[in-house]
Amino acid sequence: MAETTVNVSTEEKKRVNPQMENFKNVWRKLRQNYLAMAGGILIVLFMIIAIIGPWITTGDPLAPNVADRLEGPSSQYWFGTDHHGRDIFTRIIHGMSITLYIGFLSVFVGMIFGVVFGIVSGYYGGRIDAVIMRTMDVLLAFPGILLALGIVAVLGGSINNVIIAISIFSIPVFARIVRGSTLSVRKLEYVDAVRALGASDFRIIFRHILPNIMSPIIVQATLRIATAVLTASGLSFLGLGAQPPTPEWGAMLAAGRNYMWEHPHIALFPGLAIVLVVLAFNLFGDGVRDALDPKLKS
Amino acid sequence: MTTDILKVRNLKQYFPIKGGILGRKVNDVKAVDDISFEVKEGETLSIVGESGCGKSTTGRAILRLDEPTEGEVDFQGQDLLALSKKDMRRKRKDLQIIFQDPYASINPRQTVRQILSEAMEIQDVLPKDKREARIKELMKTVGLGEHQIDRFPHEFSGGQRQRIGIARALSVDPKMIICDESVSALDVSIQAQVLNLLKKLQRDYNLTYLFISHDLGVVRHISDRVLVMYLGKIVEIADKKSLFDNPKHPYTKTLLSAIPVPDPTKKKEQIVLKGDVPSPIDPPTGCRFHTRCPFATDKCVEEDPELRNNDSLMQDGHRAACHYIEEIESGEMKPNY
Repeated sequence: MAETTVNVSTEEKKRVNPQMENFKNVWRKLRQNYLAMAGGILIVLFMIIAIIGPWITTGDPLAPNVADRLEGPSSQYWFGTDHHGRDIFTRIIHGMSITLYIGFLSVFVGMIFGVVFGIVSGYYGGRIDAVIMRTMDVLLAFPGILLALGIVAVLGGSINNVIIAISIFSIPVFARIVRGSTLSVRKLEYVDAVRALGASDFRIIFRHILPNIMSPIIVQATLRIATAVLTASGLSFLGLGAQPPTPEWGAMLAAGRNYMWEHPHIALFPGLAIVLVVLAFNLFGDGVRDALDPKLKS
Repeated sequence: MTTDILKVRNLKQYFPIKGGILGRKVNDVKAVDDISFEVKEGETLSIVGESGCGKSTTGRAILRLDEPTEGEVDFQGQDLLALSKKDMRRKRKDLQIIFQDPYASINPRQTVRQILSEAMEIQDVLPKDKREARIKELMKTVGLGEHQIDRFPHEFSGGQRQRIGIARALSVDPKMIICDESVSALDVSIQAQVLNLLKKLQRDYNLTYLFISHDLGVVRHISDRVLVMYLGKIVEIADKKSLFDNPKHPYTKTLLSAIPVPDPTKKKEQIVLKGDVPSPIDPPTGCRFHTRCPFATDKCVEEDPELRNNDSLMQDGHRAACHYIEEIESGEMKPNY
């Protein structure tokens, strides 16, 4: 019988790691998308501001200065001052870190729980799936802000409780996406192959399923940060989040509301800051989605 | 006398169909319905049948990739279906599978080294420092080059990928391998190579194969015994020679008549069945083949035939599930096409 060997060219081809290649592709597509890049650059800028901003601004964001109350934008106070005479520019710079902190942390926590619930649900199916997903449906049935409002109302108003509330209302979104992706990946033949080798569920889930469903998770996380920022500001605006005198943008907006007609700059600048951050994350998130998975585009 | 390495008893695999608002079970797809057979150590038993007859499901059920509804799968004296999840994981070392689609059955993100070392890690074969040498040896065994160890699946052809799949199955030193349409997705020339490789490995490692295929040519090449399935039931089982030369079940005869004969001058009677395969959701009563069988009678509609042997007509171990083996053989019953 003929020996079965395969002729192999001894010449080494260019080594290609599919993961690296994939990453490069995504990066290339992202770079071609100017709006997404603009969003991305803004996000980096915001993060730099959040980190070094408090050190380069001279004023104290909390110190009142009664002499300079309600002043309009000037060379001394770029964004003017509020009803306590505090520099709005300084307060917005200081608020950046709070906003990003809430945005990132709440989405991160929501993502972790959502991914775990989603994978467990999709992988095991059956009764566990039914229980988890029906719970998620209940959470999804509430309008986002209302759910967050309810949770904060129960826990009390503070930045940490806002993070908890937003995490909870982010969970079902992630859980659903992850469950769907898990269902499709679980049926792949190589998952069966690893199972036939005797791999534990833990190994299958983390080594073979999770890496394959990262794209939708990353996309959702990026887009979700915008929602989280908006919701956090909303809660603070309603007086349920960060408490005065914390320089939180939503709270500042709420304070500025009383002076809307005479001194619109007090509400205008925090509002603009919120818009910019949300816009940046949305643009970037859309770009990431298009680059990672064009099929998700709706 | 060789021993049976695998004994399947009354295996049933029903997939529930859920419906209605409450998602209650409405019916079952009876993919595999009460089959029993044995596989002898060191042999190749092929399961043939058309699409949807339950041959792949049987393989998956034996491996518990889908949990069977009922039955017993006795492997090396242990009922696999009674094992705990943990014990089953350990047992999988001895019972491996090679899949049909070499493009789907290996993780595109792993290199050959990662694929094979993960398999060894899972079953804890060999100490860590000896694994690399073993991987290279395995690659050589299946006809891959050592220098390809850090390559990703997309750098290989379909045939080479299937070799990776074979190496993965071999890496845990199994006793038995289920080949689920393992060569069907390959080009004919590659098919022959892979089949010969499988045969060689069988000799070298004393492997037992359960070879699932719809390709009778391939089955004829590799098997010792053949089992024919139709609609979730075994219709005939025999050693290769008896089955191909002396088929007793009308369905087997039909299947065999479909093999092309490479001789244009030879006139050949081809039996063409009427209708389609009935749905396994509501399979026909009695003999499942009666709706399409040219010999069917009222008895076939009512009574489910047992697998049986007739000493004077059939070799030892050759069994067919037909009420009228003798009558058809003697020409007493005429086909009603």
